[in-house]
Amino acid sequence: MSTPTPGQTVGPFFHDALPYPGDSELVPPGRADAVRLHGRVLDGAGTPVPDALVELWQADADGHVPREPGSLRRDGFTFTGWGRSATDDAGHWSFATVAPGSVSGGAPFFALTVFARGLPNRLFTRAYLPGPALGGDPLLGSLPADRRSTLVATADRQGFAFDVRLQGEGETVFLTYPRH
Amino acid sequence: MTDDQLATQAEISAEIATIAGTLGRGASETQPRLDYPPYRSSVLRHPTKDLHQVDPEGIELWAPAFGHRDVGALESDLTVQGRGEPIGERMVVTGRVLDGDGRPVRRQLVEIWQANAGGRYIHQRDQHPAALDPHFTGMGRCLTDDDGTYRFTTIKPGPYPWKNHRNAWRPAHIHFSLFGTEFTQRLVTQMYFPSDPLFDLDPIVQTVVDPRSRERLVAAYDHDLSQHEWSTGYRWDIVLTGTHRTPTEDETEDDA
Ligand SMILES: [Fe+2]
Repeated sequence: MSTPTPGQTVGPFFHDALPYPGDSELVPPGRADAVRLHGRVLDGAGTPVPDALVELWQADADGHVPREPGSLRRDGFTFTGWGRSATDDAGHWSFATVAPGSVSGGAPFFALTVFARGLPNRLFTRAYLPGPALGGDPLLGSLPADRRSTLVATADRQGFAFDVRLQGEGETVFLTYPRH
Repeated sequence: MTDDQLATQAEISAEIATIAGTLGRGASETQPRLDYPPYRSSVLRHPTKDLHQVDPEGIELWAPAFGHRDVGALESDLTVQGRGEPIGERMVVTGRVLDGDGRPVRRQLVEIWQANAGGRYIHQRDQHPAALDPHFTGMGRCLTDDDGTYRFTTIKPGPYPWKNHRNAWRPAHIHFSLFGTEFTQRLVTQMYFPSDPLFDLDPIVQTVVDPRSRERLVAAYDHDLSQHEWSTGYRWDIVLTGTHRTPTEDETEDDA
């Protein structure tokens, strides 16, 4: 067993290095089955965070875990399941993707990682698809109702909305895993 | 806030010392504190509730795959991206990416970004009045090899000022972004250089309150990596958190 290297903040100067053309387009936005997953990152005062980065990792529409490379140079056809979106000046991030299917029978969710200047380490969370499949989910079932709702995306006209609240009223449930 | 209203280094250092005193004797903390007031911009940006522990499921048991389709061979050399040599101390930074059980993380993406030799980023929001270097962008990528080894050729970055408090300086560092074999292992961190006098003064380094953990952020000078009349060399191994997935037969064979 080796001791893990500590994380450090992503800082304010990641924009030239981590974002890249097509980073947030897991599928071409105009495709028939494309949905938008988007939201804001908000701080403890409810102020949008303009220097955050959200990463998305998800199964395809059939619930298969993508194993293909190509996220950094997309070919427009291969679904790699991964992307990143830096927040804009309004704290808004957005992905063009597909709704994930259920992986081995579990409730479908988008796995998200959140980075920001001022955040000393990355945060993990889940954005569940709204719907009846959530009843039996062990994570959601273990949370009080008011916190559970922070992990469920809201359906909107183009897809799903999901705000990340770093602190305070409606603070998003952030996750840690065994062996962290 | 005007510069006059900023805390002094002495005030920040006193806060750092007070928090260091809260680390219990014999206690260990491998990760930074999210709630760390001396790092002023963290005050409104850290969760106040405990992280919720969950067993990883489904997609979380896997990580995205990257390949040579994603990363060009020249992207690991930050000194050849311009039309001429960048200014500063040329150096090689190399090491291994390991998982929590000490196994190499193979063929996985490593991304870095850094200031130039004068402590200036090309980033638009960097207003530090030091020179930009037309031959240096400060960005690189590579894939680890079958031994988990990454390797970059770059320029030693300079320290730079920031507005956390009055006369605040970041120790020289390189930002690193890493992936493992599972989503849960994602890591963004910073690599520092040995014996930097700014370590004790810097509230970002000090978010890692446990001094033994802070040492894991510091590369070692390695003379065997230095090259005659060409470059110095630093070695820095990175350990990700532990995995959860039971290896499939394919992967076991792959590991043999
Ligand atoms: Fe930096």
